[in-house]
Amino acid sequence: MKKMPEINSGSMADISFLLLTFFLLTSSIDTDQGITRKLPPPPDPNADPPEVKERNVLKVLVNKSDRLLVQGQPIDIRQLKDRAKEFLTNPQNDPNLPEVEEVTINNLGTVRTTKGIISLKNDRGTSYDMYIQVQNELTAAINELRDELSQQRFGAKFADLTSTTQSEAVQKAIPIAISEAEPEDIGGKK
Amino acid sequence: MARFKKGGSRSVPGINTGSMSDIIFMFLFFFMVITTIREVTLEVKIVAPQATEVQKLEKKSLVSFIYIGQPRKASLGTESRIQLNNQFASVADIQSFVAAERAARDESEKNFITTSLKVDKLTRMGVVTDVKQELRKAGAFKINYSTRKQGKKTD
Repeated sequence: MKKMPEINSGSMADISFLLLTFFLLTSSIDTDQGITRKLPPPPDPNADPPEVKERNVLKVLVNKSDRLLVQGQPIDIRQLKDRAKEFLTNPQNDPNLPEVEEVTINNLGTVRTTKGIISLKNDRGTSYDMYIQVQNELTAAINELRDELSQQRFGAKFADLTSTTQSEAVQKAIPIAISEAEPEDIGGKK
Repeated sequence: MARFKKGGSRSVPGINTGSMSDIIFMFLFFFMVITTIREVTLEVKIVAPQATEVQKLEKKSLVSFIYIGQPRKASLGTESRIQLNNQFASVADIQSFVAAERAARDESEKNFITTSLKVDKLTRMGVVTDVKQELRKAGAFKINYSTRKQGKKTD
């Protein structure tokens, strides 16, 4: 039998390298991540807005120069997380902070929850960066509360809970109680 | 070359590079799987704000994107514009965009579409609020504010 000459496959590597660089250039590795929120359905014009007691609402306002106003007092963004946590837990049963109630939740037993809602309102001129910082701090407050509860009951952080029943129970005990006010034009168009 | 054996004039066998291409192909497939191909050419500048409490978006196929930012072309001014797919759009186009995105998905997945808002951090909230209102009207309630991950602040 005649010996076949070997096909030179050395250039094959070069070709695949070319393909590789092409894909590296045209694609992006950045995984999409961000803060997830659920928008409320559009308001029913006939229905009255639900009655919420004054003590159950934490009013957070952001004006067009990116300054924060919480319950009528100007505060720094770094204080917002602790303010929100204190508001959502009401540790000392303060009559000015939201009503506390004991709720029984499946898989979790009796939990001390509050009826607190954070009402966030921003101006049309607020920068998106500031808005995200505020949302981030509020989310951080809720996440920390969830972590504390889940650490106490299940011995693991909320994000590390493996069973969905457990994480659903924690979610139910500490919901994302952030309500965004219907937009209004306060500071004028910009 | 130094030879230790006497007499033998054997040549050094060439290194077999045949498997090299297999290795590179493996790399290639690896990158193809973990990356996403840019489907749209961005007409707006977007620098996402940073946040610490970020969640990853799961199921890439169920995400539709809305881009808001300053136009890349300086001739179009500095006013923040909305980009849907490959072109500039106005707030009024969002409802039909959502409808089109729904129509492109399977019946069973229609209710799980997440709208990712990729917004430049210098944008004013006015545009974003308008977009959010339109999304509410269109029934696309699940949204995600796209942000970059930032290390935990130590203060």
